[in-house]
Amino acid sequence: MLFLATDLISIFVKSIFVDNMIFAYFLGMCSYLAVSKDVKTALGLGVAVIFVLGITVPINWLLLNEVLKEGALAWISPSFAKVDLTFLAFIMFIATIASMTQLVEMVIEKFSPALYGTLGIFLPLIAVNCSILGGSLFMQERDYTLAEASVFGLGSGVGWMIAIVAIAAIRMKIRYSDVPKPLRGLGITFIITGLMGLAFMSFLGINL
Amino acid sequence: MSAVETKVQEEKKPLLSKKDRKLITDPLSDNNPITIQVLGICSALAVTTQLKPTMVMAISVTVVVMFSNLIISWMRNLIPGRIRIIVQLTVVSVLVILVDQVLKAFVYDVSKQLSVFVGLIITNCIVMGRLEAFAMGNKPVPSILDGLGNGLGYGAVIMSVAFFRELSGSGKIFGFQVIPDFVYEMGYVNNGLMMIPAGALFTIAVIIWIQRSITKKFEEA
Repeated sequence: MLFLATDLISIFVKSIFVDNMIFAYFLGMCSYLAVSKDVKTALGLGVAVIFVLGITVPINWLLLNEVLKEGALAWISPSFAKVDLTFLAFIMFIATIASMTQLVEMVIEKFSPALYGTLGIFLPLIAVNCSILGGSLFMQERDYTLAEASVFGLGSGVGWMIAIVAIAAIRMKIRYSDVPKPLRGLGITFIITGLMGLAFMSFLGINL
Repeated sequence: MSAVETKVQEEKKPLLSKKDRKLITDPLSDNNPITIQVLGICSALAVTTQLKPTMVMAISVTVVVMFSNLIISWMRNLIPGRIRIIVQLTVVSVLVILVDQVLKAFVYDVSKQLSVFVGLIITNCIVMGRLEAFAMGNKPVPSILDGLGNGLGYGAVIMSVAFFRELSGSGKIFGFQVIPDFVYEMGYVNNGLMMIPAGALFTIAVIIWIQRSITKKFEEA
């Protein structure tokens, strides 16, 4: 039991700092660049990403292991035991993600209008955020268990939020700096992200 | 790289009107999907440590953008506005599944190297961006040209990033060693910075810097 807990904590910390979605894999860069001009909106989007990643990764794990994997459908009839549907993983994952974001949006709108006000506009955007689909695909590639997958989803979301809030804060400060004209906007953001990535590499030495 | 692009344009010259040609050439420089439109960065940078997987990635993205543009453009009058994102995602993911299966069948090692990034073409902002911005409002032929142009523009940028990263990171081009051994014996060391993620970000920042210095199109703040 203790071993399991430390294992999960290690995956959680690793997915936040070492395997950070943005600094190690460049996932979710589009919204990271587009929505990082202001800390408040960045925070809103970050929370929404944690939320959706935390839900979709375990759901996709269930889909993958209970429906798509070879032998998963054997309970219907023995003739299904050899059926391997993993090639359908992409379309199943994206369908889950699109419908979950839609569902989450509707639920939040109904029960918490205040939260909807802050998160609502970001939820449709999230369906096409690479980090969400990336989370599910990494989960498939790394063969996590269900508990590991849920923790990994949450951790990746937290890592993504830390990254976008940090870059938004830096971009708010950099407005007062004299950046060379051709580098303004996109260029300087890339350079800062690279430097932040270098800083995050120092976490590589952590052995959990 | 540029030789390939000019060849494509030359072949099509007699076929296409001036406007159609502009659809292909515009995304290569003035309206580049990566450096100007800021789309498709997500998967662009992670695969660029070597030229070979980068080229496979560029071709895959071009194919997916072209055909999804074509299909969505055919269906553009049938798709209800409210569910268009889901329709687009479905079309794109079907195409990506096809590409993924082809890659697995013919270039298995590259497909393993690209790992999740083939699947991530689905959420590549270039694909969705072009569908929304172009294919939903234009006829099939211009749409497929727009897809081709944007795919090539994307390819041109990631290929040049990969060229510099592979050259300075491991002294090779397409896996062949180009920096001779005696240079290493004189004390030259490969630049390890270029192999890590940060190297890609710096390289693309420099490309943007150069491009915007030439085009003189700046953004504020």
